[in-house]
Amino acid sequence: MLQTTTKRSIPSSGLSLRFLTTRQISSRPVDFAFTPEQDAFRAEARAWLDANVPREPLPSFDTREGFESHRAWERTMADARWSVINWPSEYGGRDADLMRWLIFEEEYWASGAPGRVNQNGIFLLGPVLLEYGTAEQKQRFLPSIARSDEIWCQGWSEPNSGSDLASLASRGVRNGDDWVLTGQKTWCSRGAFAEWMFGIFRTEPGSERHRGLTYILIPLDAPGVTVRPITQLDGAAGFAEVFLDEVRVPVANTLGEPGQGWTIAMSTTGFERGVVLRSPGRFMATARRLVELYRSRGPDVPASLRDAVTRAWIDADAYRLHTFMDVSRFLAGGEMGAETSLNKIFWSEMDLRMHRTALELLGGEPDPRWLDGFYFSLAGPIYAGTNEIQRNIVAERVLGLPRS
Amino acid sequence: MDALFSDEQRLFQRTVRAYLEKECAPSQIRAAGGAWSWERWKGLADLGVVGLTAPEANGGLGKDETDLVLILEEAGRAALPEPLAETAGVVVPALIDVGFPEMSAEWLDAIAAGEGIATIDRRERMTLESRNGDKTAMAMAGASIAGVDIATSDRAAFATAAVLSGIADRVIDMAATYAKERQQFGKAIGSFQAVKHLLADALLGLEFARPAVYRAAWSLAKRSFDVQRDVSMAKALASDAAFNACRSALQVHGAIGYTHEHDLHLWLTKGFALCNQWGTAAWHRERVAAVLSDRSPNRTLRVSFRRSE
Repeated sequence: MLQTTTKRSIPSSGLSLRFLTTRQISSRPVDFAFTPEQDAFRAEARAWLDANVPREPLPSFDTREGFESHRAWERTMADARWSVINWPSEYGGRDADLMRWLIFEEEYWASGAPGRVNQNGIFLLGPVLLEYGTAEQKQRFLPSIARSDEIWCQGWSEPNSGSDLASLASRGVRNGDDWVLTGQKTWCSRGAFAEWMFGIFRTEPGSERHRGLTYILIPLDAPGVTVRPITQLDGAAGFAEVFLDEVRVPVANTLGEPGQGWTIAMSTTGFERGVVLRSPGRFMATARRLVELYRSRGPDVPASLRDAVTRAWIDADAYRLHTFMDVSRFLAGGEMGAETSLNKIFWSEMDLRMHRTALELLGGEPDPRWLDGFYFSLAGPIYAGTNEIQRNIVAERVLGLPRS
Repeated sequence: MDALFSDEQRLFQRTVRAYLEKECAPSQIRAAGGAWSWERWKGLADLGVVGLTAPEANGGLGKDETDLVLILEEAGRAALPEPLAETAGVVVPALIDVGFPEMSAEWLDAIAAGEGIATIDRRERMTLESRNGDKTAMAMAGASIAGVDIATSDRAAFATAAVLSGIADRVIDMAATYAKERQQFGKAIGSFQAVKHLLADALLGLEFARPAVYRAAWSLAKRSFDVQRDVSMAKALASDAAFNACRSALQVHGAIGYTHEHDLHLWLTKGFALCNQWGTAAWHRERVAAVLSDRSPNRTLRVSFRRSE
């Protein structure tokens, strides 16, 4: 079982305790069965989804029409309190623990429900607002995220700061009760239509690397903001670049303390890579569709493709089991550490293999859903920290190898 | 769902690891030429390890595969010469399932006391041997209990997968330690990205095989309907993970790892042998493929944690 390991906790004597050192407390033996309560919750989620998921696929959320129809779907979910189930009920959630959230995700993706247009707000910003936000900020932003009244994009990468994010140069200058923001953010998914952006800015002049950065919430209709959609290789405008020219944002829009931006941003990425961004339910659904596709091709499928399908299903199930173990540990008081980088490498490369296998089974037959999925899966090893960076993190922080 | 080993299970694992670090060091394995040690076996029995799965009435602990799996990983980590996986993971459960009561009781008593040891060959023929030289052979293909078939070969594949996971864990540790110490071009070779990524990938394979091995343990213990699929998935992943870990560990060590003088070979030779025993990765994937191709109603792909009724 994977345990929390950070650079600090690796015993100097070597790595032999890697899987034994932990703060978890569990008095029960390992058990992979769901409880009757969890089964009942699953049944409730499945019944609601069966009755409410749109029968026809919505248009792509990278079009204005699709963006709005996905927003409407989010509101349908919010009305029944399914949009943010792991949030506190006062902000529109159900106080569900992560195990229930995983169960919900399995049912969600198995039902063929639409993609989550506000996933940046719900899964990336929401958790840090809950942890670092003031009471006013929580009240102001969380309910509107839960209902997707406001849809968020992420403002981290810059043209010259990708893998080396800590080199970012967009700056914020304090002026009275405002930040004055200047710079350029890029690769902002759904930035073309989003209402808000969360980003990190250099607010201490002359500061370097991870120091002097501040996490700021920015309305994209503020004067001085220019959003330019970027057409992706598949022709869709899935992301955008955001130019900021002396944009004034109230200091009250600071999340956490000035200078704390990197810490807060990394607390998002750890969890993002770990569990929340890509739950196993999504890949199990893809693996099942792949198995269905394989079955539909009749008996003449080459043995190598049959094996690729089998590997896909095994990998998806392994990812699922691994996540259940991670979450069990987390619920018992363990922490998510650098090993979340392993998850990101695993799911992104698995997703790409699954889609490639599907296209091979199709043998050139047009299938827009698999093709769109394939193009999207190509991005997986790049976004949320490239897999090369993740492998460095695994080697350095889990295996304790020296930095380059 | 509580996919977490209990503190008691982890404590037992730590105890066994400490014992093996003391009594099963590479120098001791080498000194004995890889032969079994009845003294060590007796010591393991005194800890409760050998009789872990034997009934309490026979002097065992009456535990199941979910307790055994962590201990078999330790056997792999230590490159233990004695056949713990075969004895506690295959023959003891088989004796309990379908044994002839009188003969079984006698042998279970002996095994739990560390006076008996068991092996199984490729044709699933089991040999029971006692410290004072008694020997008996038997064959048992498996048992069907509560409508669930537990084949002897599935028990063996599971136990082998657990040992492989321990071997992979150990060789990754050894390679990481070596990469931190070994200097070339004026710095530790572990600071080079090519080495980092090799070991990160080895760890990746192990980390995603392990939960499948644990789930297979659970499926055996609970006699899940999906036990064959779960065991095959575990063995397929563990075989590939161990092969890659052994291969990468050797590469990181370079020529010294290819020598008999270096301890690494104790794990490599075991790992490369075991990954093809009791079904290769390809064979087990084919068995999973048969399940995926099966449209009968008992085969649902939707929920994959099912106990027997």
